[in-house]
Amino acid sequence: MGVQIVVFAVCAIVALLGALGVVFARNPVHSALGLVATLFAIAVLFVNQNAQFLGVVQVIVYTGAIVVLILFVIMLLGVDTDEDLDTEPLLGQRWAAVIVALLLIGGIAGIFFVEGRGEAVTGQVAALAPIVPGIPSTDAQGNPTTAAGVDTFVRALPAEQQQAIGEQNITQIGEHLFTDYVFAFMITAALLTIAVIGAVLMARRPKRYEPMPELEDTSYEDVDELSTTGEVTG
Amino acid sequence: MSAATAVVIAGDPLLSGEVDLATIGIVLLKVLVTFVLLLVATMLMVWFERKLVSDMQNRIGPNRAGPFGILQTLADGIKLFFKENLMPERAERRVYALAPFLSFVPAFLLFAIIPIGGNFADGGDGTVTIFGKETYLQLADPPIGILFVLAMSSIAVYGVMLAGWSSGSKYPLLGSVRASAQMVSYEAAMGLSAMAVVLVTGTLSTHNMVVEQAGPGLWGILPNWAILTTLAVPFVIFVIAGTAELNRPPFDLVEAEQELVAGFNTEYSSIRFALFFLAEFMNTVTMSAIFVTLFLGGPAGPAPWGPAWVWSIGWFFVKLVCFLFMFVWFRATLPRLRYDQLMHLGWKVLIPASLGWLLMLGAIRLTLDNDWNPALVGTIGLVLFLVFWALLRGANASAAARRELDEELTV
Repeated sequence: MGVQIVVFAVCAIVALLGALGVVFARNPVHSALGLVATLFAIAVLFVNQNAQFLGVVQVIVYTGAIVVLILFVIMLLGVDTDEDLDTEPLLGQRWAAVIVALLLIGGIAGIFFVEGRGEAVTGQVAALAPIVPGIPSTDAQGNPTTAAGVDTFVRALPAEQQQAIGEQNITQIGEHLFTDYVFAFMITAALLTIAVIGAVLMARRPKRYEPMPELEDTSYEDVDELSTTGEVTG
Repeated sequence: MSAATAVVIAGDPLLSGEVDLATIGIVLLKVLVTFVLLLVATMLMVWFERKLVSDMQNRIGPNRAGPFGILQTLADGIKLFFKENLMPERAERRVYALAPFLSFVPAFLLFAIIPIGGNFADGGDGTVTIFGKETYLQLADPPIGILFVLAMSSIAVYGVMLAGWSSGSKYPLLGSVRASAQMVSYEAAMGLSAMAVVLVTGTLSTHNMVVEQAGPGLWGILPNWAILTTLAVPFVIFVIAGTAELNRPPFDLVEAEQELVAGFNTEYSSIRFALFFLAEFMNTVTMSAIFVTLFLGGPAGPAPWGPAWVWSIGWFFVKLVCFLFMFVWFRATLPRLRYDQLMHLGWKVLIPASLGWLLMLGAIRLTLDNDWNPALVGTIGLVLFLVFWALLRGANASAAARRELDEELTV
């Protein structure tokens, strides 16, 4: 068990520190970097639980695309200055945030204590059952097979079969995604496409816009020119 | 070894048995060899590039340090090491110090999944025996294989991006904004064209890809390389996208010296600059190795006599040098793209082309698997393609016409 526990401990600490950094850092770029640390630590935790595919997808999608976009916007807009925390942008927002956070923690704790922890282990056996025939669902004492029990069983298999299990990890996700959950998959795809088109539509400046009120500033011409050229290329 | 890690199973037979001293020794040896190999290859690549570019430009190039100037990189490294390590006044200190490592570490990790050799001749599965243990000549063979490449190249974006931002100066910032947009855009095309290889070979693991490509291919003469089985287009797209991902010419807008001084690394000096420089060339070597692995069958090749693994290493390096030459050739020949051309090529040409090609390969695969009539499927596919293409063109034309009308009315 040694290595796995150590990896878990290190990653958990990194993830928590990163999360705290996101909340407490004054500089938005530092917050984004904290988010990167958290997401990466969670990816390592996935790998630690043999979910390599999820781990690597986590890195590609969240670390590699989403946070890069966040950073990109921060840099492009030049909002990378310290934030003023003295004024509350929305009235009562902080109290509402505290209440929502407490509800969330309560919900998670509720699931943890009500559902019972044995579920996760039996889940693991159920997930492996179609690939590895003959995993016993209970041990000699009639208790549900633990993760260690599954592991002992798998380690006793010949090398080729063990390798097949590693490969199956990805095949299984693919099969489920394109058969059992194909509707959810397609709906998500449609949702994302609609969101992109919607964003483009909203970002497009309408052609007949109200001319801005006359300013003394001479840079007005430049702004106007920029917006029209932006429209032609975009 | 921990409990559930047995289920992980790197494909390497070395790690599936009991772990003893010999296993640890072999793993350490492989780490060391990979590390040294990559460093030496990078050093030689820097020299090779300078020498070759100077040949192409009718110059002599480095010729002082060592025979043919081969030690030039070493001399440069020593020089950089002894220079002052400047930190700009307005730099974001911690991020500024962190950025070079964010570039450097992924460059190193990426090479771990490249198969360098093995007994692939005559239907071999690529294992060799060291100290009585069967293993692959490759540091790691994770089941996710090629996805690891995409993950690492998305981490590498941070190095460039944060270096530019933390320098507290405008040219580096512009360089890094360009870099992040470019690398994120081309990653999509790169991933989609790599998926074509995954579709054809049926595996994500780099080792199994090489095994799949090792046998004889069409008519028993041509090799079974993915460049042929995916019908070449994904290869071309992958090479273009890979070059853009490396920020190498003609896609080196990140450090366009006419516009941005030296781009994202303008404020860096001494060993920190050396790390960026090394990472760039390391990535060039690794990217070439990925081309070889994905499309040219990696170390697989015939072994007329003697041990097959020696031949395989030879084949690997021959193929590798071809791509390294190609990169230098690009640099010496092609002018830099404009920024809008870059985005146009990435989003409007490469991504649709690779996606369409992936669909086509899938259709071919399905037709062959189900014994459908190829002529019929081909005709239907072509008709559908033409119909949708005409619809798309029509929509574009009407949108353009309306836009023109709009402009006439408002102006």
